[in-house]
Amino acid sequence: MGNKQTIFTDEQLDAYQDCTFFTRKEILRLHGRYHELAPHLVPMDYTNEPDVTIPLALIVSMPELNENPFRNRIVESFSEDGAGNLSFNDFVDMFSVLSETAPRELKAIYAFKIYDFNVDNFLCKEDLEKTLNKLTREELSPEEVTLVCEKAIEEADLDGDSKLSFADFENMITRAPDFLR
Amino acid sequence: MPRKSDVGAKIEDVGIEIDGDVSDSEDDTSRRRGNRRPTAGRGGARGRGKKPADEDEEDEEEEEAPRNRRGANKKKAAKSRDTDDESEDDTPKRRQGRAANKGAANKKKGGKAQDNDEDSEEEKGNKRNKKGATGKKGKEEETKDKKGDAKGKGKGKEKEDEKDKKKKKKKKKESSSDTDSNTNSEEESMSEGEMERLKEEVEEKKKVIAIMRNKPWRMKRRLVHLKECQEFVDKFEGALGKGKGRKFYAYKVMMTKKWIKFQRDFENFKTTCIPWERKIKEVESHFGSSVASYFIFLRWMYGMNMVLFGLTFGLVVIPEVLMGLPYGSIPRKTVPRAEQSTAQDYSVLMDFNGYCKYSVLFYGYYNNQRTIGLLKFRLPLSYLMVGVGTFGYSLMVVIRTMAKNADVGGGDGDDGEFTFAWKMFTSWDYLIGNAETADNKYASITTSFKESIVDEQENQKDENIHLRRFLRVLANFMIICCLGGSGYLIFFVVKRSQEFANRDDLSWYEKNELELIMSLLGLVCPPLFETIAELEEYHPRIALKWQLGRIFALFLGNLYTFLFALFDEVNNKLEEEVSIRNASIWAQKEYYANFTLYNNDTDTTPPPMDPSDVIRGPCWETAVGIEFVKLTVSDIQVTYLTILIGDFARAVIVRFLNYCWCWDLEATYPSYGEFDISGNVLGLVFNQGMIWMGAFYAPGLVGINVLRLLSSMYYQCWAVMATNVPHERVFKASKSNNFYMGLLLLILFLSLLPVVYTIMTLPPSFDCGPFSGKAKMFDVIMETIDLDLPAFLGTLMGYAANPGLIIPAVLLMVLAIYYLNSVSEAYQHANAELKKKMQMARDEEKNRRNNTESTDQVMKDLEDLLPNRSLLPPAPPPETGADNKADQGGKSTKVRPGTAGKDVNLQKDVSLSSPNPNARGAVTRPPGPRGPGPLPGNGQQGPGGGPGRGRGRGQPPPRR
Repeated sequence: MGNKQTIFTDEQLDAYQDCTFFTRKEILRLHGRYHELAPHLVPMDYTNEPDVTIPLALIVSMPELNENPFRNRIVESFSEDGAGNLSFNDFVDMFSVLSETAPRELKAIYAFKIYDFNVDNFLCKEDLEKTLNKLTREELSPEEVTLVCEKAIEEADLDGDSKLSFADFENMITRAPDFLR
Repeated sequence: MPRKSDVGAKIEDVGIEIDGDVSDSEDDTSRRRGNRRPTAGRGGARGRGKKPADEDEEDEEEEEAPRNRRGANKKKAAKSRDTDDESEDDTPKRRQGRAANKGAANKKKGGKAQDNDEDSEEEKGNKRNKKGATGKKGKEEETKDKKGDAKGKGKGKEKEDEKDKKKKKKKKKESSSDTDSNTNSEEESMSEGEMERLKEEVEEKKKVIAIMRNKPWRMKRRLVHLKECQEFVDKFEGALGKGKGRKFYAYKVMMTKKWIKFQRDFENFKTTCIPWERKIKEVESHFGSSVASYFIFLRWMYGMNMVLFGLTFGLVVIPEVLMGLPYGSIPRKTVPRAEQSTAQDYSVLMDFNGYCKYSVLFYGYYNNQRTIGLLKFRLPLSYLMVGVGTFGYSLMVVIRTMAKNADVGGGDGDDGEFTFAWKMFTSWDYLIGNAETADNKYASITTSFKESIVDEQENQKDENIHLRRFLRVLANFMIICCLGGSGYLIFFVVKRSQEFANRDDLSWYEKNELELIMSLLGLVCPPLFETIAELEEYHPRIALKWQLGRIFALFLGNLYTFLFALFDEVNNKLEEEVSIRNASIWAQKEYYANFTLYNNDTDTTPPPMDPSDVIRGPCWETAVGIEFVKLTVSDIQVTYLTILIGDFARAVIVRFLNYCWCWDLEATYPSYGEFDISGNVLGLVFNQGMIWMGAFYAPGLVGINVLRLLSSMYYQCWAVMATNVPHERVFKASKSNNFYMGLLLLILFLSLLPVVYTIMTLPPSFDCGPFSGKAKMFDVIMETIDLDLPAFLGTLMGYAANPGLIIPAVLLMVLAIYYLNSVSEAYQHANAELKKKMQMARDEEKNRRNNTESTDQVMKDLEDLLPNRSLLPPAPPPETGADNKADQGGKSTKVRPGTAGKDVNLQKDVSLSSPNPNARGAVTRPPGPRGPGPLPGNGQQGPGGGPGRGRGRGQPPPRR
């Protein structure tokens, strides 16, 4: 994939391997995918760390994220500017956290970020409603949505402030049998 | 500062990172514990748990901070704000942690401004300090000193003071029998301690590098931080080790580096070697993780079978082919004359008779020569060892995988307290990348929500639950009936086939009745079960498990009936064998007698009988092997045909007849097939069971199986992508495949039984196979011990095989199992207890935080009023320059630690830091609100209302 021309120096690859859960080949493949998204924007040569970002709309169109109801949130939470523009670093970061080998704790942190739609560090009712509507494509009636959100908060909220802090969230999510990837 | 851009990051990030820290704290504290034992120890001694003490320390931190901060903090505002946030967010736990690691906290303040994350700052601070410490005690030490004696807080500290303190500290250290307590003179100890510290530092950095990927940071930050750490390690690692040990140490360091590099390369290589990764991912994205779990399981099986294949072929088959006697040399390697005419017929070969039967694929072909070839390869011994090793290896791999999976699967989600929350946050399968699957997933999520809502609203209707219970009982009853029926059917067929065995005029159906019936049952029953299971209305994942269990029972019944029938046959053959043996010997003698009679001279030895004419026994081992091979092959055929007809033909018909049909074929009745996970998994598991059982009697079976798995990977991948549609109720695979593995283990055990039984009790055939002529198969081992090993080992073995030794050993093992079992139970109990306690503590904490909001606020205000806390003047630019110089000096000396220049450097260091306290001295504020300040020295550095109070929260004093 990248052996013909230098995309990264060895040091860069080593550093990426230290910082992510990927192997050398995977990082190169990631770069390939990143390059594919916007061939005119992204240079093939990354040895001098060019400052390039790809806008949200392009990232979201990747087949990996295309069907995901939370795709915009995912990309936004991983972008450094919060608006969904991903540099290659952010891009690698995103897939590293979403990869199978990433530990639960790390995933929990980012999952919290993703579900926190209004970025206030709490999952409040509003966030939950949005989550639910995305999950069910708004096929539940408003009453049902409210009910479910109330129930969810009631279940997971330990400190009674009717919103979920990260501690609540983590406590709940790490015990979930389904929280895997 | 390379990370300037982070400053602009939103508060959101900061908050998250704090939280992340809390979650990480285990890991962090453990690390710190390792590194800063001295600090923690002292802290403990001082009764740090109390609040005042904490405040005290906060003070000290603050006070220390400006001095440390010399290192150019341009982003003052941001920093102060962040730190403030942090202090508010601190949970008591965290505070404790911080108290214990005050040194760390100090450094943090001195470190990068904009970072809120304690670790990173700590690291950076450390580094900075290190460099500034000029290879001596280092600032860290100073910090600790200060903490050690609170009163020594005088601001305009002179170098002498510092030194004094250091000495005190040293003494303390020694008395508390810390790491450097073994040093003799003070001078010595200083260099030693410093070395120790440096070492710790380096170790810490290395750890940081190792866990870098687990930090919830931005990638850029990780990269920068990583680089710094690596530079640090590179720089100072070489300086460690002294005197004679130095070279060795350097060598060790170099080797470690190489080793790490090698490991990484190997890891890279390993991932490239994992086959079908992309194929499976594709399936995964189309059908969700449950279908993919089957393919992952298939791949795993393939890996295991490759090893078995390597063992069997490398140690048994290939040596026999290369070095053994060729075909036709002895009777067991020759087709009997009566069969020779038909031996090459296709139908005969397909039944694995004729040339197949007398080939290297089966047990009977092997000779009982003790050694073969030039290498003196002990084939019989190797044969037995490989047979046993196959089981040993499989057991080991299965159990290890299970243990690994169990380790990964953390969630014990049996308590139903989070139904809605879990549904909300974990129901999406993030691997789905296909629109249709996604649609189904959305639908199933919506349904499940609706179901839970109904459950919740109606609080479980009574009649409903009764009906459901009734239906479940009914379903189970029906399934048990089915199982019983199929068991009886097989029993009946086996009986009949024994009758048939005595007849010759059999039709094709009668010959293959048993296999046919078994395949049919396997084909008909699972869908039947599935239909019945609809009554039960379980969650699809649970339903899958039930379904698996039921089909498992069915297959198991079939398999064991088959086995018993086989054993019957074997016993018959064994009886038969005795007479044949006599006949064979008789025929031999007769032949020789005839020969002498015919030639009329008794002197010449007659040429041996033609191998194809010798009368031979039934060779039950080969017969068993053939049965298994036939079963395996017919299983492959049935599976492949089912896919071809059941899925592919159906899909083709539905697809193309849809244009000219009365109703919509795609949407309604026939539709496309779904991928049958349970059936496929069980098929795989049982197939493996056959392989395990048959491999001993038919070494070639393993090869056939490898081919099967390989082809089935491609074939099924193609079939599933081309002809199947996603499940209507898409669900995620459970965390681990331990259920599959459990089934596999059970089957392994069950297939171990008959094989071990035959090896241990049945006598091997007299004229075929590697063990012919022995009373029992395992006599091969005895023979090897007697002939090849030194005599004393033989006697030793004799003692070891004594029942007097074996029975106690078995007893001991039973006891050990019992003991371990009870221990693990105790652990489980303790675990549950701890969990409960943790939950309680958490609740309590939460409650306290809520209820005492006001007092907490007061406390916060108090903290804010702490003199040095609210006012941390920004480091003046000139200082930065000075610091840089100091840094450089530090670096230069640090490379050569333990030299005499220590004192000088220390003084320099202190003098450099002195401007800082002076600057602070200018701002004075009465420490009034704090009440009895535990720190007498505070007044001097008390913060005034100076412009430097950037510490975030505005003006603390008025807030009160």
